[in-house]
Amino acid sequence: MDVLREPLYRTVRLIRRFEERAIELVRTGVIVGGIHPYIGQEAVAAGVCAALRDDDIVLSNHRNHGHALAKGSEPRRVMAELAGRITGIDNGRAGSLHISDYERGLYGATITVGHGAAIATGAAWAASRDGTDRVVASFIGDGAMNQGALLETMNLASLWRVPQLIIVENNLYATTQPVGASTAGSITGRAEAFGIPGRTVDGMDPEAVLEATTEAVQRARSGGGPSLLEFMTYRFDAHHTFEYRVRLRYRTQEEIDHWRERDPVVVQGSRIPDEAREHIDQEIEDVLADAVQFAQDSPKPDPADALEYLYATGLRPRPGVVS
Amino acid sequence: MPKLSYLKALNRALGEEMERDPSVFVLGEDVNHAVTNVTAGLLDRFGPDRIVETPLSEQAVTNVATGAALWGRRPVVEFAIPFLLQLVLEQVVNQAHKFSVMSGGQARVPVTYLVASSGWRPGWGGQHSDQPHGLFVHSGVKTVMPTTPTDAYGLLLTAIRDDDPVVFIAPRVALDVREDVDYADLVPVPLGSARIHRTGHDVTVVAIGHHVHDALAVAEALADEVSVEVFDPRSLYPFDWAALAESLSRTGRLVVIDDANRSCGLAAEILATAAEEMPLTAPPKRITRPDGAVVGCNPDLDLALQPNRDQLATVIRQVMKR
Repeated sequence: MDVLREPLYRTVRLIRRFEERAIELVRTGVIVGGIHPYIGQEAVAAGVCAALRDDDIVLSNHRNHGHALAKGSEPRRVMAELAGRITGIDNGRAGSLHISDYERGLYGATITVGHGAAIATGAAWAASRDGTDRVVASFIGDGAMNQGALLETMNLASLWRVPQLIIVENNLYATTQPVGASTAGSITGRAEAFGIPGRTVDGMDPEAVLEATTEAVQRARSGGGPSLLEFMTYRFDAHHTFEYRVRLRYRTQEEIDHWRERDPVVVQGSRIPDEAREHIDQEIEDVLADAVQFAQDSPKPDPADALEYLYATGLRPRPGVVS
Repeated sequence: MPKLSYLKALNRALGEEMERDPSVFVLGEDVNHAVTNVTAGLLDRFGPDRIVETPLSEQAVTNVATGAALWGRRPVVEFAIPFLLQLVLEQVVNQAHKFSVMSGGQARVPVTYLVASSGWRPGWGGQHSDQPHGLFVHSGVKTVMPTTPTDAYGLLLTAIRDDDPVVFIAPRVALDVREDVDYADLVPVPLGSARIHRTGHDVTVVAIGHHVHDALAVAEALADEVSVEVFDPRSLYPFDWAALAESLSRTGRLVVIDDANRSCGLAAEILATAAEEMPLTAPPKRITRPDGAVVGCNPDLDLALQPNRDQLATVIRQVMKR
């Protein structure tokens, strides 16, 4: 664990500062349509991905930037993607919502809440049936627990004993809905009903996340089947940056302040020497200065290419206007 | 020459493709016992990791197919009944279809959604009798609806080999069709390639699905008074617009018959495109189910709601008078 102290700090700090820089670009109009900031939840992405191998697979959701960065995607190409530039990791076709990076095993971010976990089950089924020991981690939130397709796929994952990690980032709210008002019983109880081991873990501490995920990864890799990990976490910022304008009042300041006392960047930063932390911080500032510059300087796609990539076979559909 | 049935053609194509390509596998309900006959004998040949029996969890299973496809497999998801495609519309249209573009071309989702029996059957109820092809054409998902055993064979091979999601709909009525075939003549049929079953010079009848056989019967019955060309798109999306334009350049008249609801249906699209872009000497006409029709509740009422041969003969004569 000690050997990962600095890398874990580096990841949570990178995600935090990446999101802060991205919010600046939302405010200045470089990123159009806003983002779902990951600020506050960084320990989950950092700890989970530190337990994975490079060739393991991740399925993400609308709050995906942290997952991509923790899985090793290049910050400048993620930032360019958010800004809709052709140098983006998905050639400017994913935006903030749908980041994928197949070189890093990130199979995509799908926003039909909870449904990405079923795509993950399919990848995990194929991975195991093809005789590999690769595992698939699917990130979902507490809101996903009430999607029928998620419950369907928990049944399939257990029945087929696939190497899947169902990572629940329980940040207490599905947009404005408190988890207690939307979810009967318990999240781990639902896993147990399907015969899937479930654990509730502190999601503000990267090392606690890493420890719990490592155990689940070992079980999956050795043929022991899926696990569900519920990480108790909190987003310090908005559900989406549109909240800056509409000022929703679904949480108290006291509650936000209470969770901020366990800021994962501070938690992990306190575990490494000041000198190392300052060095990492500076390095990240340089990386992100480059990323922002790269995003701003990169070209936008040519409107003539608006139908590119629609079909993997290159099929070009009929235009919308025929002269 | 051996007789080939439609279902045997599907079974043969699937078995051959699974033999040829180890990435191909089947997911579905009751596939172990081959309730639809499509997977008959395949469990014994390929085992339970290639013929994968699933619980009644269509939404998750359809996404499982997407995940396996992203990994590199070529899944065939079998649905016994057409409404199941409506249950998984999100998983096909909003997930599988969008991965290629949303990933900027990194992802491929080569999944085939095989509906082994679509459309109306007497007494099968209001929820078992739809023809959902128009939903997928509208959404830009590749969609095929072959009506003969040879085309069923050829288009299933093509659907499985295609790198995009493909909806394959077998019309219930066409399942009864048998053909004398030489197995050596069975070949893949490309997407976007129509088939002219009967040439004519007075009017082009575009017949969707099993109505190809109705159109051939009507064309024969009217042969003394009008020369009817019977045009079977086979592939509904992409559609062979060039072949339609060529046919209309000879006939100048168009009738479309489609066993689906009227508004925003494929028949409407064919008429609109012909009117905008192709040479017509008379206003085109279409025969469809009524707007918003629900069939299957009562066989006597259902027949009043579906296109038939008498309507087709009447409409052909109307178009010829203009």
